[in-house]
Amino acid sequence: MNIPYTKHTLPNGLDVLIHEDHSVPIVAVNLWYHVGSKNETPGRTGFAHLFEHLMFEGSQHYDRGYFHPLQEAGASLNGSTNADRTNYWEVVPTNAIDLALWMESDRMGYLLPALTDAKFANQREVVLNERRQNYENRPYGLAGMAIVAALYPEQHPYHWLTIGDADDIRAAHIDDVRAFFQRYYHPRNASLALAGDIDAEQGLALASRYFEEIPGGETPPRVMVPALAPRQEDVRLVLEDRVELPRLYLAWHAPALFADGDAELDLIAEVLSSGKTSRLYRALVYEQRIATEVAASQNSREAGSFFQVVATAAPGRTLAEVERAIAREMGSLVEKGPTDIELERCLAQAEAHFLFRLQTVGGFGGKSDQLNAYNTFLGDPGYFDRDLERYRSATPAALRAAAARHLTARGRVVLSVVPRGRLALALPDSQPVAVS
Amino acid sequence: MAADRSGLPSLGPEPAFRFPEIHRTVLANGLRVWTVPHRQVPLVALLALVPVGASSDPGDRPGLAAITGDMLDEGAGDRSALDVHEALGRIGAQLDLEVGHDATVLALTTLERYVDRGLELIRDMLVRPRFEQREFDRVRDLRLNRLLQLKDMPPALADRAFTQLLYRNHPYGHLPIGSEGALRALMIRDIAAFHRRAFVPARTTVIAVGDASREALTEAVANAFEHWSADADGPIADPETFPEPAVPPSRLALVHRAGAAQSELRLGHVALSRKSPDYHAALVANMVLGGQFVSRINMNLREDKGYTYGARTAFEFRRAPGPFVLHASVQSDATADALREAIGEIRAIRGERPITRAELELGRASLTRGYPRSFETADQIARGAAQLALYDLPDDYFSTFIPKVLSLDEAAVTAAAFQHIDPARLLTVVVGDRDKLMPSLRALELGDVADVSVT
Repeated sequence: MNIPYTKHTLPNGLDVLIHEDHSVPIVAVNLWYHVGSKNETPGRTGFAHLFEHLMFEGSQHYDRGYFHPLQEAGASLNGSTNADRTNYWEVVPTNAIDLALWMESDRMGYLLPALTDAKFANQREVVLNERRQNYENRPYGLAGMAIVAALYPEQHPYHWLTIGDADDIRAAHIDDVRAFFQRYYHPRNASLALAGDIDAEQGLALASRYFEEIPGGETPPRVMVPALAPRQEDVRLVLEDRVELPRLYLAWHAPALFADGDAELDLIAEVLSSGKTSRLYRALVYEQRIATEVAASQNSREAGSFFQVVATAAPGRTLAEVERAIAREMGSLVEKGPTDIELERCLAQAEAHFLFRLQTVGGFGGKSDQLNAYNTFLGDPGYFDRDLERYRSATPAALRAAAARHLTARGRVVLSVVPRGRLALALPDSQPVAVS
Repeated sequence: MAADRSGLPSLGPEPAFRFPEIHRTVLANGLRVWTVPHRQVPLVALLALVPVGASSDPGDRPGLAAITGDMLDEGAGDRSALDVHEALGRIGAQLDLEVGHDATVLALTTLERYVDRGLELIRDMLVRPRFEQREFDRVRDLRLNRLLQLKDMPPALADRAFTQLLYRNHPYGHLPIGSEGALRALMIRDIAAFHRRAFVPARTTVIAVGDASREALTEAVANAFEHWSADADGPIADPETFPEPAVPPSRLALVHRAGAAQSELRLGHVALSRKSPDYHAALVANMVLGGQFVSRINMNLREDKGYTYGARTAFEFRRAPGPFVLHASVQSDATADALREAIGEIRAIRGERPITRAELELGRASLTRGYPRSFETADQIARGAAQLALYDLPDDYFSTFIPKVLSLDEAAVTAAAFQHIDPARLLTVVVGDRDKLMPSLRALELGDVADVSVT
């Protein structure tokens, strides 16, 4: 899959990536800042994401909200924050490319003069409501927080989720916004991708016109990531929640995004839970009917991943049964590896998913987002073929070795989420945890 | 040349866009075949549309259409349930089986080189599902478990209560998934009978969009489907003949959820059908009121007050009149204030603050300038074409959308808002903590608060 592109770095350090695709008269503008919740510190969590919200509240030369002129031009737009990066994107009709670049560059260069206490207070409330809606008021919504808190020690930057702690969000101060902006929001810490109905030369000229006046800033220091001590025993936890059915979460530390073993664990996740003939679905949901759903995933991140298996017990079945069945299936995978036929199926699925993502020029996961991902994490926007090759070159033996090395039965975080007041439904010897 | 920041740059000339042309043929068995070449990525999107959905559920069998749809991939033709999924996996297919109020859709995207295998699988699922007892028992259990889990999800509770209260004793009066009691009473023979009644070639449209010529796509679909012969085994009611729903017995209903961190809200009433001549004007009116981020309601509830992560309104267009509805999840102690503001905005657009020229232009422009974006992927094009098939829209529908929207003025859009959005008819559903909310909800003067439990 060849995605031709050009890459230039402006004098202020901004990388500009351009990919031409003239099939629809739209252009995707996609801007990554290499900052996420792993740049936060304990007690100040949730800030990178709160900051992202403020980026939509207006900047010095257009201080009436970010959405209005772009939606009027026919754009779709959004932004998101995760542990490692913050991205912003617009997909605009070809004739609105100037507008989109003007708007993105104005908030990169001139956000602070437009910042007010009222905006800050308002978005803090919006984010607290986002947290209530997507975590606190959602069944199993707090499980992810309990998992990462147990997987990573307190000083580790993956110890908290990107949404952050509610008290930390309430305690955030407008002065923190200024410091954060100066440290992370500048051209040298950013990567701009344009994809779609634009020619490369014109795209570069426009990017220069709008962004080159912005001072480059300094590359932020790399986040210190403490080494993880290997664990000999499982950590067993239980969380009470407003749910009907108990659910089991199993989590393991895993190789970082693009590191050796990352693609293999991605494929193992497919072998385990993609489709009805995957091992865990077939055993737990289809044949034994002890679970209502099961999902395995390799959660790939820049400074270290975690592999997770989640299964919900069917009514009347226990998490202990579910845990045993998962252990049996994973044990057999570690022992014998996948069959050729399984691997072939998972490769077809991996290749198709890869192509599905590249059908769009913009949005989350489209070509512009992927160019920026490769550029930000690897310095190589043209990594498409090599990325796919990571999967194509995988062998049953390599998958088996990765499973044996990373997914052993000890040293896991094992979380039972049970209906309120039904602690007895947890796996034996689980310690209650409180998350809010 | 440095950037001029004294004002926003103006837009260039509108780019030209050729909307996809659909190549239409009808097979001898009456099945419609629609194809569109789309050459960007070596993929093909295949979609089969059967215009029969949950609104065709018998009154005592809510959920029948949905579980019939769910059984299509549980063994078909020569393949067992596991074999169907093994075959799907081996061609990297993404399969979506969707049963809505008006239609059942099988959508499958795969690599272009597997188009014939993808069509064979769709054909077998549609035409030769096995409907085996063992698989049915398992699938029904999974649905019952899903219903159980939905009891903990405020958005699902709100949708269920809103639907049941708004369309009492009406074909649209239940969610497609149905109810626990009806699912338990269902027999495999009900499903086989429903399938014989609903799934016939003369009612079906198969759409193929992807990296091949229109001739090749058409031929591939014809090869897969030309031998399907079946006549409908009994009638399916036409939604256009559905009776008008009764007026809900109360205007404000509460679903209790102790200690809820937020209140989940639905406000709305029955509005207009997809075929209404007011369709375009209603879309524009909704863009002004609540259809996007910069609409009045989100700017008020989120950006001004901070009550919510977001609030949107929409007309849900169906073959018979569907609802106009506002969705939002708001912090508990702001529930009554959020409702007051939302209802105030709905009232204002019809009178005290009519749609302005600037708002009209913003609403029209968002719809028209953004329109080509919805034709980027094969799957988007297939789904757009499916709308034409389901709602019987004219062949030139895509290319006339923009001029039709642009021809609307303030008067036309205000008239549509007046006609199709009515604060006096709003039904309000709140999922939240009764003890915290009751006093402030009573103060809203929307009449008695009906304390409802969701079944």
